[in-house]
Amino acid sequence: MTPPAPALSESATVLVLACLLAVPLALAGLALINAGLGRSRSASHALLTALCAVSVAAAAYFVCGFAVQGFAGGAARTITAAGRQWNWIGAQPLFLRGLPLDGSSPSLILLLQLLSVALAALIPLGAGTDRWRLSAASASTALLAGLVYPLFAHWVWGGGWLAQIGFCDAAGGATVQAVGGLTALAIAWILGPRRGKYSSEGGMPAAIPGHNAVLVLFACFLVWTGWLGLNSAGAMLFGGAAPGLLVRVVLNTTLSAALAGLAAAAITRARFGRPDASLCANGWIGGLAASSAGCLAFHPAVAALTGVVAGALVVFTVEWLDVYGEIDDPTGSISVHGIGGIWGVLALGLFARSGAAVQALSQIAGIATLIGFVLPLAYSLNWLLDRFLPQRVAPEGERQGLDLHELGAGAYPEFVIHREDFLQR
Amino acid sequence: MRLAGLLLLASGWAIVLAAFVMLSAVGPRTVFVAAGAAIEILGLALLARSHVSVREAAR
Repeated sequence: MTPPAPALSESATVLVLACLLAVPLALAGLALINAGLGRSRSASHALLTALCAVSVAAAAYFVCGFAVQGFAGGAARTITAAGRQWNWIGAQPLFLRGLPLDGSSPSLILLLQLLSVALAALIPLGAGTDRWRLSAASASTALLAGLVYPLFAHWVWGGGWLAQIGFCDAAGGATVQAVGGLTALAIAWILGPRRGKYSSEGGMPAAIPGHNAVLVLFACFLVWTGWLGLNSAGAMLFGGAAPGLLVRVVLNTTLSAALAGLAAAAITRARFGRPDASLCANGWIGGLAASSAGCLAFHPAVAALTGVVAGALVVFTVEWLDVYGEIDDPTGSISVHGIGGIWGVLALGLFARSGAAVQALSQIAGIATLIGFVLPLAYSLNWLLDRFLPQRVAPEGERQGLDLHELGAGAYPEFVIHREDFLQR
Repeated sequence: MRLAGLLLLASGWAIVLAAFVMLSAVGPRTVFVAAGAAIEILGLALLARSHVSVREAAR
């Protein structure tokens, strides 16, 4: 069994709590990005769905998520294979029964995970922007927060089999970002593209620009602030970092995001003649996602290199998925969180300071688990959900906009931005 | 095609899992992990292709 996390000193506990208080800013930022990169006629629906997703994720994690995930050194179920015990699922009581809420390591892990699962729940919303029904998104979030996320997080952070083989993820590059990004891919496939995105005659897909670039770019600052807290708290609770090492965590997180944003700006300027605001924002967030796994282990130069590659990957894969994969992902969630997160996990293996081959193999096993287990599980659960509770809004609702169709009022009643949105036909 | 893609993804993961459970030497383990990852990539391509072809048929 993996040894339990060491008890933190009082000052370290206060520092972790302070870091955790910053994480909701990342949630707010992601919600604003989802709204800003969607259509104006679905803006308030996007924000309300984000609020509901956070609420449902918190409730599902409280009821059964933490019981499935557990923590290193806590109760868990094991199976014996090849003469060794493999820890595969947590066995904590439901409803957090018996967990001391006193600032101990398990209680701080609970708080961090509650916020992390809410962050993971916001990621698929971006892929379903403008066409995902509120009730279906909430039900899908319950599946993610109650089963998919906790199971994988147990394997990585709860002393599970991935931790046993040496897989490392200090602050959620795999557990939060990649799980959220791959769930976003499953949702984008199940929902299908927005109407008008792909022509019946084939050819290039239509560009459907986001309605508010200011929201999106401002949200990048919020997400950055929240990410500093997320990575710092994760590094202390899961990476065993002393408070002084948070200097490296903050520096690496910032360098990765900054270089990713610059890389996205340079590439879009070279390709299109001017920097693209939404792709630069995506690059910035992709750099943050890539920083999570190795924020504690990387040398600052490696963090910067990881950011450059993440920014380039985001720019090219957003276009590739859109044009060749015919995957309509309005906010680029799959590229930003899925591919960015997976790249960060791989980079940790490639740039490990010692035992590089063994570490790289462990990291690849983690990535293989994400693609070979988490993606099929998320896809199957959402496909089943779609049979009982149709996830996509009716064509009339999509034309009218989700604000009017599902909420009965638009986000911007004083401004008629697209006159045809409000015409009766 | 969709089911085949999902099955290939799960099969590739099972090979990677088996490599870590049953093999202790780094060399053979690396070969098995590479094989499992290759099968997963095939499954992912098949799954992606199945969604594109559904839309092509609808055109």
